[in-house]
Amino acid sequence: MKDLKSQASRSTTPGKGGLTPEIQSRIGHQLRAMYDDVVRQGVPDRFAELIKKLDAPGATPQLGEEGGSNDNTNGRD
Amino acid sequence: MPLTDSLRNDILASVPSLRAFAISLSGNADRADDLVQETLLRALANIDSFQPGSNLPAWLFTILRNLFRSDYRKRRREVEDAEGNYAKTLKTQPSQNAHLEFEEFRTALEKLPQDQREALILVGASGFSYEDAASICGCAVGTIKSRVNRARSKLAALLYVDGAEDFGPDETIRAVIGGSGG
Repeated sequence: MKDLKSQASRSTTPGKGGLTPEIQSRIGHQLRAMYDDVVRQGVPDRFAELIKKLDAPGATPQLGEEGGSNDNTNGRD
Repeated sequence: MPLTDSLRNDILASVPSLRAFAISLSGNADRADDLVQETLLRALANIDSFQPGSNLPAWLFTILRNLFRSDYRKRRREVEDAEGNYAKTLKTQPSQNAHLEFEEFRTALEKLPQDQREALILVGASGFSYEDAASICGCAVGTIKSRVNRARSKLAALLYVDGAEDFGPDETIRAVIGGSGG
């Protein structure tokens, strides 16, 4: 009887919900691996451009500057 | 608060994890990116309601989750048809074994009830606290905890009981998971 038990408890000490720490960490590891694969792809251009475009809210598109309040510093693009 | 440069950068910095969350929720890369785009537009349109100094990722995740929920009801079938799209989003192809295991995991994840899946992802992958996850999902902290636990148990049952050949002797696993060691 003892050998059966020790065989089972090799990877055990069940935690919450009857899950062993080993299985819990395996799930956690796979979950993060899956998630991080996408995170590592960074920011697709599509979104970088979207956010950049919305930089100036309600910006008048391509009408050209009329005021020109600052003489030299117009490099705001 | 107004859309400052630093806020814009912070939003941009959240995009990778927003995408990961969206893909894990929807299982479909195209739908996920549409969700992220809608999330960004909505966030920028409502930027005035963002409290400076509060948790920006949590705010963005909340928007994305709510969009997904309303979208999901409409598109359930489409999403289910799209199985397999997820793998195509990966730039790095894992080794064959790892790939197989990965596919199994993804499939199992999609079998979880939505409530449990999102709770598990927010806590287990996005790294949110139980408190933040509860606020994102609009429920109690205890509810999140129990959803996460149920999600883990179900994943374990799906992955490591049914497909236990590569993991160890069936009976051992069954005994372990069933907690029948007395």
